[in-house]
Amino acid sequence: MSEIQDDILNEVTSGEYKYGFVSDIDTETIPKGLNEDVVRLISLKKNEPEFMLEFRLKAFRFWQTMKMPKWPHLKIPEINYQDIIFYAAPRQQAKYASLDEVDPELRATFDKLGIPLDEQKILSGVAVDVVMDSISVKTTFKETLAELGIIFCSMSEAVKEYPDLVKKYLGTVVPYTDNYFAALNSAVFSDGSFCYIPKGVRCPMELSTYFRINAANTGQFERTLLIADDESYVSYLEGCTAPMRDENQLHAAVVELIAMERAEIKYSTVQNWYPGDKNGKGGIFNFVTKRGICKGNYSKISWTQVETGSAITWKYPSCILRGDHTTGEFYSVAVTNNYQQADTGTKMMHIGKNSKSRIVSKGISAGRSNNSYRGLVKVMKNAENARNFSQCDSLLLGSKCGAHTFPYIEVDNQTAKIEHEATTSKIGEDQIFYCNQRGISTEDAVGLIVNGYVREVINQLPMEFAVEAQKLLQISLEGSVG
Amino acid sequence: MLKITNLRTSINGKEILKGIDLEVKAGEVHAIMGPNGSGKSTLASVLAGRDIYEVTEGTVEYEGEDLLDLTPEVRARKGIFLGFQYPIEIPGVSMASFLRTAVNEHRKFKALAPLSASDFLKIMREKKEMVEIDSNLTNRSVNEGFSGGEKKKNEIFQMALLEPKLAILDETDSGLDIDALRIVANGVNKLKTAENATIVITHYQRLLDYIVPDFVHVLYNGRIVKTGTKELAFELEERGYDWIKKESDLKLNGEDVKI
Amino acid sequence: MVRTLRFNREIMDTLSTQQYSDLFLKHKDIFLGDEPKFLQEIRIKAAEKLSTQSFPAKKNELYKYTFLEPYFNNGFKKNIIPKPITFDICDMFRCDVPTLDTHLAIVLNGFYYDTKKLLITLPNGIIYGSLAEAIKQYPALVEAHLSKYITTDDSYVTLNSAMARDGVFLYVPKNKSLDKPIQIINILLADEELMVQPRNLFIMEQGSSAKIVICDHTLNDNKYLTNSATEVYVASDANFECFRMQNEHNEAVQVSHTFIHQEAGSNVRTNNVTLHGGVVRNNLYVNLAGEHCENTSLGLFLTDGTQQVDNYTFIDHATPNCNSNQLYKGILDNKSTGSFTGKIMVRKDAQKTMAYQRNSNLLLTSDAHANAKPQLEIYADDVKCTHGATIGQIDENALFYLRSRGISERESRLLLMYAFAFEVIKQIQVEPLQIRIGDLVEKRLRGELSRCNNCAMYCK
Repeated sequence: MSEIQDDILNEVTSGEYKYGFVSDIDTETIPKGLNEDVVRLISLKKNEPEFMLEFRLKAFRFWQTMKMPKWPHLKIPEINYQDIIFYAAPRQQAKYASLDEVDPELRATFDKLGIPLDEQKILSGVAVDVVMDSISVKTTFKETLAELGIIFCSMSEAVKEYPDLVKKYLGTVVPYTDNYFAALNSAVFSDGSFCYIPKGVRCPMELSTYFRINAANTGQFERTLLIADDESYVSYLEGCTAPMRDENQLHAAVVELIAMERAEIKYSTVQNWYPGDKNGKGGIFNFVTKRGICKGNYSKISWTQVETGSAITWKYPSCILRGDHTTGEFYSVAVTNNYQQADTGTKMMHIGKNSKSRIVSKGISAGRSNNSYRGLVKVMKNAENARNFSQCDSLLLGSKCGAHTFPYIEVDNQTAKIEHEATTSKIGEDQIFYCNQRGISTEDAVGLIVNGYVREVINQLPMEFAVEAQKLLQISLEGSVG
Repeated sequence: MLKITNLRTSINGKEILKGIDLEVKAGEVHAIMGPNGSGKSTLASVLAGRDIYEVTEGTVEYEGEDLLDLTPEVRARKGIFLGFQYPIEIPGVSMASFLRTAVNEHRKFKALAPLSASDFLKIMREKKEMVEIDSNLTNRSVNEGFSGGEKKKNEIFQMALLEPKLAILDETDSGLDIDALRIVANGVNKLKTAENATIVITHYQRLLDYIVPDFVHVLYNGRIVKTGTKELAFELEERGYDWIKKESDLKLNGEDVKI
Repeated sequence: MVRTLRFNREIMDTLSTQQYSDLFLKHKDIFLGDEPKFLQEIRIKAAEKLSTQSFPAKKNELYKYTFLEPYFNNGFKKNIIPKPITFDICDMFRCDVPTLDTHLAIVLNGFYYDTKKLLITLPNGIIYGSLAEAIKQYPALVEAHLSKYITTDDSYVTLNSAMARDGVFLYVPKNKSLDKPIQIINILLADEELMVQPRNLFIMEQGSSAKIVICDHTLNDNKYLTNSATEVYVASDANFECFRMQNEHNEAVQVSHTFIHQEAGSNVRTNNVTLHGGVVRNNLYVNLAGEHCENTSLGLFLTDGTQQVDNYTFIDHATPNCNSNQLYKGILDNKSTGSFTGKIMVRKDAQKTMAYQRNSNLLLTSDAHANAKPQLEIYADDVKCTHGATIGQIDENALFYLRSRGISERESRLLLMYAFAFEVIKQIQVEPLQIRIGDLVEKRLRGELSRCNNCAMYCK
């Protein structure tokens, strides 16, 4: 029995990364390296107002005083910041008047990725902002959204068109002093998505950003800012891929969410950056700071993530539950294979009264990978009646991988009720035998069981994404799990 | 003994009991029936003093005293016993120490000396036989790992030990097989005297074959909409609750219709 | 009744690890003097290491919830050699658990105290008594085990290795069993603020078995700082059980380090009940070095006032087919802080590991703090590991059920608190001890045990 499983697990590693092609697109890049002039140059290239340059310079100066953090369970090779290109943009017209003007190669690229830029072709009604390397190339359905007062555009555009909103909120949830990569991002971020949902508006379609790293030797530093005003609702999706390259590429994004009174933000990510090859060569270093604040009473922020890509993933989408009766949720599936390393989890900061949080984390490790859950649930002194439930499960496929759980629970209020549960196990031979006995092959049985194992999280994703995510899981663990 | 007047209660701002009137005299057995969600268990809990329910209006008089003023334990010591619909499991608290504490608290209240260990054991043994409870149960933690039937028997066993004046049995019959039902009912009947009274809350007429009520009340939507004798229970068994619901809904709308 | 002194006692204020290693160098003659070579080497190595280390800084991951450095820097006096105190053991202690018959070992201010004999050999060859004396009489035996099971770089442990001078020694030969538990009473009784660093070494040979009861006490109101280390070697198929009760006053600071090394088929149970203490940090390191080991680690802590109790466990499944089980429970009152950090490590190839861990905390006031850090680090796939942590308050439904039976609210709460604690108490396998501890915990919860000066088992 276990021999068969071993065979199947060997097949796991043969899963190919199918987004690994490189597009031949004319790209404008600036020279490698990072210094104050580069920061100024980025700001200049983007035609930014003065306040943005100041923001960047402050962040950069602060970053220079910081050291790259060391984490006990991640092995991160030294990153040479002078060897990275901090700005790369597909050479394009300032604005596309119609889709026909888009570089055909660019369109082909996104067709290949299954991201249609053509609104007519979109059946699912998802508005997409596409970010290639550092630059937003196209935002769909903008007009439809504008009718409702919804602003959905690239960050560069927002800086110019809505400077007051950007000025008011940028860096309020993730200040540039927050951590090493947040400081770096604040200094050099090139683009990203901006979204504002006005009071009382339920965004009628899923908003989506698609991130693609294409150029070599570049880092991608996008910045997303999403504001849901009183009693509004938005569901936001984020997807990402990158070509297969032998060198590691750095991705250091910052996402800030702000939910006002009774607003609800649902933020879903399917992260599929290039994970490196079977021997751990190449792949994206994914160091992301994502944080949302439930500012108003009765607001809700829900993070869902399916993490299958990247050589190293370091991210902790978090919720600051500032308002009373607020809700924070974190649903995560993280799959690691070969030499991938994932260290992910969440922070739930209970500040408001009657705040609730729920954490469901499912880790699957295969190959020689390491997969860690790291999370904090903190209940502040005045957070009466805070409730948290955490469930962190790990599944190990193979005997060379690692699965780890590091939850922190800190409670300063007696009325809190905190429950944390974690289990680590492998797929039971009796479960597989049971399936075999009903005529299901071992391979299918493993697939069924894994699917069942992650269902609770996948169910949180919007329909189109859920299908996509399940396919991704199959590819990531191809052969045995699917 | 018990006089409920226009009792209204709510939980989290939602009104559950919408004006209950009920009088129970010593020696009587009252049955309260009604569909799910009509407020039967709420009524029982409020009488026992569960503080998650807010009494918004009305009075409850027990032996001439305002019941609503008393803490749950004082009500218990004054003779009110609630047989829980879902008896609570309390891991780590042994049945023996739990019961002995309860019995001695009752005795203290009546200015009686606490029972010695041997006397207490003797009484326990007596009562155990009466409700045919497995003697091993008293060695375990309170209700922990008890089957549904054992939990219900355990409630009656506690009632036997505490000798209440007013016993409120909340769905004591639910989840019981016919033998357990007979045992539970026998226990109740044996404990019945001219001085005490019983309120039986139930879904089914079945239990009333064993515990014969003097009055049957139908609770619906937070009100007692019909009161009768045990024949009413038979009628309910036969016709269900729908006709009562209809009748009562129509009455609410100001029409008096006989169905 | 009075122990004679061989050296003058040393008093010194120190400020950092460096100062401790300076202190060591200054008194090299005492620390190294006539010690056997192996011990000199251990000490010199430790002192050298210490000079390159610092004490864990604030927010150091290992000591995240308990910052101890100030205590180690605040000028406690250090007895390098025992100070003479006359005290009559018979006067001070009288057993009120008649059925708990034990061999008594008293450690006074970190030094083994006995008026007759420093090392006792029982008829079946079991030896117990002073570690310092064992080093003299059985150097080879001590050399084979001392400092062999330390699996951490913790500077507090290094400090103990360099400077500890005495403690309790136990040797149980192959297939022999201790007829009754050894009871170690650690007494702190000095006329000034004092720091002590005892070291214990327990050697359990193949197939042997022993039970140990340890009680930690302060006998007057002076401030005390204890930095103790215990090494336990449990050979294959041996059984070892250790019950520890900590009952020190609010000004006492205690850091205890316990290292348990288990060979194949051995079975170890530890149970640590903290009734009282100012700042208590217990570190438990279990190394499951042979297959088919069983380990059970239990803890209960009851805190009030501004007390801080912090339990840290590290269960290292280094070999396949071992089971470990941890249960730590805390009841936290007033402004006290209770913390638990538990790590389960399952090494590569430690297949068929079963590891369970649970930490539950009951918060009684809104000023009490609870921290939980349960951790799993797993490198083998065919394993079953779970951990759970809860922080909450008394179950309102259970409280109502008890009150509806006529039990007062206060009494009901006490019953429920006791029930919460009982899950740990019931696992004490020496019955009279279980009853005694149960009583003590109940008294403690009732607030009737404000501070027990005397040993739990030997209360006046």
